Amino acid sequence: MTREDIRSTILEVIADIVPDEDLSALTGDVRIRDQIELDSMDFLDIIMELRKRYGVEVPEDDYMELATLDGSVNYLEPRMKEI
Amino acid sequence: MIYDAIIIGAGMSGLAAGIRLAYFDKKVCILEKHSRVGGLNSFYTFNGYKLDVGLHAVTNYVPKGIKSAPLPKLLRQLRLRIEDFDLYQQKMSAVRFPDKCLRFTNDFNFFVQEIAENFPSQTDNFQQLLKKIFAYDELSLTAKPVSARKVVSSYLSDPLLIEMIFCPLMYYGSARENDVEFAQFVIMFKSILCEGFARPQVGVRKIIEALVGKYRECGGELRINSGVKTIRIIDNKVKSVLLENGEELIGEKIISSAGYLETMQLLSGLDPSKVKTREGQLSFMEFILILDTEPTKKGYDTTITFYNNSNEFVYQKPVGLADISSGVICCPNNFLFDKPLPEGIIRITNMANFELWDGLDEEDYRIQKTECLEATLKEVAKIIPDFRSSIKAVDIFTPKTIHKYTGHLNGAPYGAPDKIKDGRTHLDNLFICGTDQGFLGIVGAMLSGISMANLHVLMG
Ligand SMILES: Cc1cc2nc3c(=O)[nH]c(=O)nc-3n(C[C@H](O)[C@H](O)[C@H](O)COP(=O)(O)OP(=O)(O)OC[C@H]3O[C@@H](n4cnc5c(N)ncnc54)[C@H](O)[C@@H]3O)c2cc1C
Repeated sequence: MTREDIRSTILEVIADIVPDEDLSALTGDVRIRDQIELDSMDFLDIIMELRKRYGVEVPEDDYMELATLDGSVNYLEPRMKEI
Repeated sequence: MIYDAIIIGAGMSGLAAGIRLAYFDKKVCILEKHSRVGGLNSFYTFNGYKLDVGLHAVTNYVPKGIKSAPLPKLLRQLRLRIEDFDLYQQKMSAVRFPDKCLRFTNDFNFFVQEIAENFPSQTDNFQQLLKKIFAYDELSLTAKPVSARKVVSSYLSDPLLIEMIFCPLMYYGSARENDVEFAQFVIMFKSILCEGFARPQVGVRKIIEALVGKYRECGGELRINSGVKTIRIIDNKVKSVLLENGEELIGEKIISSAGYLETMQLLSGLDPSKVKTREGQLSFMEFILILDTEPTKKGYDTTITFYNNSNEFVYQKPVGLADISSGVICCPNNFLFDKPLPEGIIRITNMANFELWDGLDEEDYRIQKTECLEATLKEVAKIIPDFRSSIKAVDIFTPKTIHKYTGHLNGAPYGAPDKIKDGRTHLDNLFICGTDQGFLGIVGAMLSGISMANLHVLMG
């Protein structure tokens, strides 16, 4: 996957978890949770969905890497490029 | 076949836990002893009438658009939409004591206004109490338990107002006699007074169908008529579960919604010193009246009435078979449905004593049910219009019925007075969800199943 693919994949996952949120204006370098209503259960689900759909494992110590959209893309790029 | 998780009980909590696990591709099997799912909140047919076992109202109702409340949270977790539950809001409910009546709707400001009108001297105190309630983290797993009566009476000085606030909250969710932990008080306060009541047009079966449908769609396995007889322990771990039909199933993790003590009693070679909980004592009986008329036609528009016929509210196991001095009267017709329900229905709940009911022989049991019915109908006729001449059929259940169908000790639907908030037991791979984990009611039970599945299987 390219960085663009990864970004839209993450957005797709978030859209499935919080279908009523408008994601079109999400800024890449600001904490996702500061821009849309996402509680800790929802955040955990982003990680769970990535594992379910793409087999990507994110260990608990790395959760913070996924706080922003840009951070997520950076973190996932090496882990998803073969997909 | 080794399951990732085996769930004991297909009530609200077991089904919700099952959906979470099946959705994330765990091999999961729910075992239900009964021929039907739903547990304390199931449904049945009586003389051709479709009835709900427990449902008065779904608490925690918030309109679409609010995201951070328990109901939308759990819907997101289950990948369901609010439409899947087909909820309609209540009209208006009331807490009725001899000298005062406090009404409430799903608009919290209405209730605040009622307090101001009925208890003008308490208006400021009530605002202070609200501040305390909204600032409190009721879901904390580490908070020290404090008495809600102590906290509330440090804010409110009119004992009648205190009793009137405790009455509905205790009835809809206290496993403890006369007092409740402040965290539980806050949960109930928000779920009933700040949020509110709703009901699916066809009753609880709508919710159960949504849950079972989702669970199956995710590939989960559900077995009814599959009571767990023994949980086999080897080296401080659950090795397998043995069903009543002799079959043995192996699971890495076991989540039980059968109740804490009830689950402990299933353990092979149980060491009684490991069991630290008191039994729940509070049970209820319920009278379901099928009427030949719509209750509104007789001028009754209230959704749920909590009544108490003195100024002091006593919430404890009655010394007699039942205590009709207080109770809950629910009218399922009085929600804002699109079309009327097929029947007029009134449901009356009173506190009842399990041991006394359990000790009656068959004939006395029948006679006493009828006598209690007459007594409660007479009492209730002082509070709402008299429906006695409109009754077509009556079904009655007692604490014995609750015990028989759900296995909860003493027929106590709210379980043991001390809750196990992290769901852990002394065994590494056995966890508790539902009633005895601490979240009660339909919404609470589902949240309990979800959080225990997340914490102990998906994350652990
Ligand atoms: C009369 C009444 C009215 C109520 N009204 C309302 C209401 O209006 N609104 C509301 O929100 N809440 C209401 N409640 C409360 C609500 O029903 C419960 O809090 C909730 O359903 C509890 O769900 P649970 O999954 O924790 O437990 P349960 O529903 O008890 O589920 C446990 C399941 O485990 C099964 N089981 C037990 N032992 C075994 C075994 N050994 N092997 C296999 N299976 C086993 C049982 O059969 C049961 O199905 C009411 C309860 C009662 C009794």
